[in-house]
Amino acid sequence: VAGSNRTGAGGNDVQWCFSQVKGAIDDDVAEADIISTVEFNHSGELLATGDKGGRVVIFQQETENKCQPLSRSEYNVYSTFQSHEPEFDYLKSLEIEEKINKIRWLPQKNAAQFLLSTNDKTIKLWKISERDKRPEGYNLKEEDGRYRDSTTITTLRVPVFRPMDLMVEASPRRIFANAHTYHINSISVNSDNETYLSADDLRINLWHLEITDRSFNIVDIKPANMEDLTEVITAAEFHPHQCNTFVYSSSKGTIRLCDMRASALCDRHSKLFEEPEDPSNRSFFSEIISSISDVKFSHSGRYMMTRDYLSVKIWDLNMENRPVETYQVHEYLRSKLCSLYENDCIFDKFECCWNGNDSVVMTGSYNNFFRMLDRSQRRDVTLEASRESSKPRQVLKPRRVCAGGKRKKDEISVDSLDFNKKILHTAWHPQENIIAVATTNNLYIFQEKVN
Amino acid sequence: SEALFGEAEPETKMISMEKAEEAKLKAKYPNLGSKPGGSDFLRKRLQKGKYFDSGDYNMAKATKNKQLPVASVEKTEITGDHIPTPQDLPQRKPSLVASKLAV
Repeated sequence: VAGSNRTGAGGNDVQWCFSQVKGAIDDDVAEADIISTVEFNHSGELLATGDKGGRVVIFQQETENKCQPLSRSEYNVYSTFQSHEPEFDYLKSLEIEEKINKIRWLPQKNAAQFLLSTNDKTIKLWKISERDKRPEGYNLKEEDGRYRDSTTITTLRVPVFRPMDLMVEASPRRIFANAHTYHINSISVNSDNETYLSADDLRINLWHLEITDRSFNIVDIKPANMEDLTEVITAAEFHPHQCNTFVYSSSKGTIRLCDMRASALCDRHSKLFEEPEDPSNRSFFSEIISSISDVKFSHSGRYMMTRDYLSVKIWDLNMENRPVETYQVHEYLRSKLCSLYENDCIFDKFECCWNGNDSVVMTGSYNNFFRMLDRSQRRDVTLEASRESSKPRQVLKPRRVCAGGKRKKDEISVDSLDFNKKILHTAWHPQENIIAVATTNNLYIFQEKVN
Repeated sequence: SEALFGEAEPETKMISMEKAEEAKLKAKYPNLGSKPGGSDFLRKRLQKGKYFDSGDYNMAKATKNKQLPVASVEKTEITGDHIPTPQDLPQRKPSLVASKLAV
């Protein structure tokens, strides 16, 4: 039962502790510093963030100190670079924001790391490589690069590599541009490690990582007459193991699963996941709050999770007519929909994520609260990312919201929630109980309490 | 009371809450389109970032950065309401400003 004295969700009574927080403390947040995406790489050793200013910051987990087995590994800055710049499309009079919408890592193949980062229009493949030695002892050049006077060269020597301070370099290796008329909301790397998809409001394209001058359109839901537009694509993802399968979600709360073996253009879905609704129960808000803001396959590939405004749903890929599990994220907001519509919060796009073994899912909420929903133990907890709870290894206390009626001690009333403090982006380490939670401009890292 | 894990309010209560909120909204904005969610707001979403032309875009950018030195602005004039000169334009050099996360 939520809020009991027992510890929070996370499997086997995991307690979450503060580990680190990155970012400035000041309340005056520059727009560029707003975090727009957070993503661990496949090993969990690297953690990338993207922001509204088009910058990427990558943190690296320090290898644990073997002498102190209980010491916690920290994430420190590994590399940072400007991924995208603002542009203005003069032909269409459209501003192209530099905001990084998504980052996706490629599985590691060699010493370098690769990630895809995208703004509304352009996807870039970045190579992040380390340099820890440099050649010294050239015959024709001085160490600083100036050419030596050839008359002074009397002997020959073989240049050698000598160690140098670690330098991490990021370079753009591919730029995938000009394939999206509308705004890119998702990118997803295929399990074949050769292709990836990019999705905008109306279309999904398939790219080869090596080829930048063309992409294949695989889904197109643009109506012939834009007046007939009723639905847009909100997210898309490749299946983690089946390279022919992907899903995309819509603003009407449906998810379509497509099989690329069936046809070149996947306008006709193989499966349609939709929870039936009694039309007489619909309100003005029904469609808006049913819009899916995120879809994520489980690591197993058997399930997928969707996030709509008020809930998280787990779907079994073998059952299309309803989700197998539904969790309320912040049900107390249902009686506030009018004001949430007026302040545009009802359009906020929350993401969600799975833990490594698919037993717990996490998603953000308002007031810098985030929710951990334990599927296996049928428990949930609300935690808060705040500077007040940021002493080293401080255990996070569960939070409770009072929807109405008598507010108990330690509860916060719905009307006191700060709707400007939204946690839209969260990420879970692929193997360990380490989570990254982004508030507006700060990145919090929490870890499982080690006894 | 806070909705517990997996337990939503009974459906009838959910619907009546939503319909009450809808009534509140329609009372405030009687001209709100009868088509819920729907194509109007979708089309607005697709238009995100649209400006009339590059002049309009640059004027909007100039208004955003109020601390910019604007050449001989009278007190009554509002920054961004006149066609900007090159000095007025916010020359964004984002690459010079590192992310505060990387400090």
